[in-house]
Amino acid sequence: MLDITDLHVKLEAEEKPILKGLDLSVAAGSVHAIMGPNGSGKSTLSYVLAGREGYEVTAGTARLEGADLLAMEPEERAAAGLFLAFQYPVEIPGVGNMTFLRTALNAQRKARGEPEVGAGEFLKLVRARAAALQIDAEMLKRPVNVGFSGGEKKRNEILQMAVLEPKMCILDETDSGLDIDAMKLVADGVNALRDAGRAFLVITHYQRLLDHIRPDVVHILADGSIVRSGGPELALEVERNGYADILAEAR
Amino acid sequence: MGLAEGMRGLLSARIAALALPGGGWTAAARAEALDRLGRLGLPSRRDEYWRYTDPADLVSAEPAAAATFDAGDESPPFDGIERVRLVFVDGVFDPAASDDPAAAGVEIGLLSREGALARHWARALYGVLETRGQLPVARPLAALNTAFATEGVLIRVTGRARRPVSLIYTHADERSDVILHHCIRLEPGAELTLLENGPAAARLNMVMEADLSEGATLHHIRAQGRDHDRRAATHLFARLAASARLKSFTLTANGRLTRNESVVEFVGDHALAHLAGAAVGDGRFHLDDTVFITHAGVACESRQVFKKVLKNGAVGVFQGKILVQAAAQKTDGYQISQSLMLDGDSQFLAKPELEIYADDVKCSHGATSGAIDETALFYLRSRGVPERAAQSLLVLAFLAEAIAEIEDAAIADDIRGRLENWLARHES
Repeated sequence: MLDITDLHVKLEAEEKPILKGLDLSVAAGSVHAIMGPNGSGKSTLSYVLAGREGYEVTAGTARLEGADLLAMEPEERAAAGLFLAFQYPVEIPGVGNMTFLRTALNAQRKARGEPEVGAGEFLKLVRARAAALQIDAEMLKRPVNVGFSGGEKKRNEILQMAVLEPKMCILDETDSGLDIDAMKLVADGVNALRDAGRAFLVITHYQRLLDHIRPDVVHILADGSIVRSGGPELALEVERNGYADILAEAR
Repeated sequence: MGLAEGMRGLLSARIAALALPGGGWTAAARAEALDRLGRLGLPSRRDEYWRYTDPADLVSAEPAAAATFDAGDESPPFDGIERVRLVFVDGVFDPAASDDPAAAGVEIGLLSREGALARHWARALYGVLETRGQLPVARPLAALNTAFATEGVLIRVTGRARRPVSLIYTHADERSDVILHHCIRLEPGAELTLLENGPAAARLNMVMEADLSEGATLHHIRAQGRDHDRRAATHLFARLAASARLKSFTLTANGRLTRNESVVEFVGDHALAHLAGAAVGDGRFHLDDTVFITHAGVACESRQVFKKVLKNGAVGVFQGKILVQAAAQKTDGYQISQSLMLDGDSQFLAKPELEIYADDVKCSHGATSGAIDETALFYLRSRGVPERAAQSLLVLAFLAEAIAEIEDAAIADDIRGRLENWLARHES
């Protein structure tokens, strides 16, 4: 599904490299987790894959089902099936949540040559998905993320994911700022979307989330590259001992 | 106080080009207005009140030529709204193109057709609010209007108007210089929706005097534009008695020079006035929204929401003042003026003012200018919304607070659609 080879990235405005030869391959139907200390390049990886401005790819490739992701505009990546659940979802005053979601869904469908979804059908779809995430209808009427609590914002990200049905979902620290109940709700939302045609890349600081979203593979990202990969037990090891041993071993 | 020689020359040149409509019921008001104008003189860039807008093109003896405007395949504003249309071509009423005024269920007359037996109420209104509005800041173009206006509607409403009254302006003459003066009188509890749209003239000087009695409501929605060469100075003078409500919204698209002044006076208690503007300008565009609100009654609410989207050298001006007199306790005054710059070439000049003599009031104001929020733009694009559509969505979101002041959903949709069309035409 997602194939990243020898990816090197720096900030446009600075010389200092952030990602230094990252390799990662995520197969359809699987869940990969990326853990790593602060400043290791986790969020940079998610932004570069989604196409945020301000980063420069100096070497390497990233492909989604074989297509060159890095050559696409952000909206083209979305239409191709990539979705990033933001660490800090953006507030957009004046744009209603429903308008936003429907515009996004129909723009993607149009880009893929699929028919647009009508107002009634769309409403039904969103209501069903929202109910599963315990998002009440009032929240949908409000402007995007405006006045939402931290937990509501993260649930709204998962709602967008559930409505847009992407193939490759990247969750950037979706657990940060969530209490245990909210985290469980979000994890349930993600688990409900797991299927053979869809892959997940879960970026997190803590093992906790991975108790609820069971990964197939865990990677440790440090100083711009993946230094170790393993099964779910790797996350437990990090939880017990911290990153120090793994980093020392990598050096 | 005498005027300087240069100013006197300018004033006589301007007046020489005009004819003072003689006799009739407005004669006394016109003579007084001419006298006022003589004392005030015409505005110039040196006046503090005209610091950001050069009035030269508004006061010159002859108007600059303005190409007539073809809206192409865009439907006219308010097309789908059931209303009574009154059409003015270069300031002249066109009965053939208009609906029967009686269908509105209100009293409608024309300034040019009311003889000496003119309605008593119009006689008591014509030039009266304009005169009140000359203090503390002079508005000479409004005095000139009262003296020389050739046409206008006289509307009196006693109950609830059956349909909106829609004033439609078109211009066929590239050098038309039009002076319109409307008088609106709402009796106690009356309600009227007044629509205005269309390019009125190469140069327009328009005054609307609106007198709202106790508990009366006036909805005023105006779609100004999209003529590119327009030079226009408009004044809305409104007086609100107790519990009266005024909601005025103006969409301004294009126009070389537009100065819209609103002068609102709360004389009764518990009244409400909301003034809003949404403007879009690309290139040679200069829009000046100047507002003066006087709170004399107790517990009145005033709200000013003016938003401008500017690109390619367009200029936006906002001068807004809230004056709260000593007796006007419990006043609630709010003012926001914002501009969204779509590139680095545009200019926004804002002068918000509060002058408060009462001690138990709530007043706030804010003025900002900024660019499109790049983070929001990326967020929308990351969900699949193409860049241009995302930008339009954010621009409309920026304007939404102003559009929200239109109470009628169908009219608000019409305005929103026009803004969408404009944005689509001005993508680059």
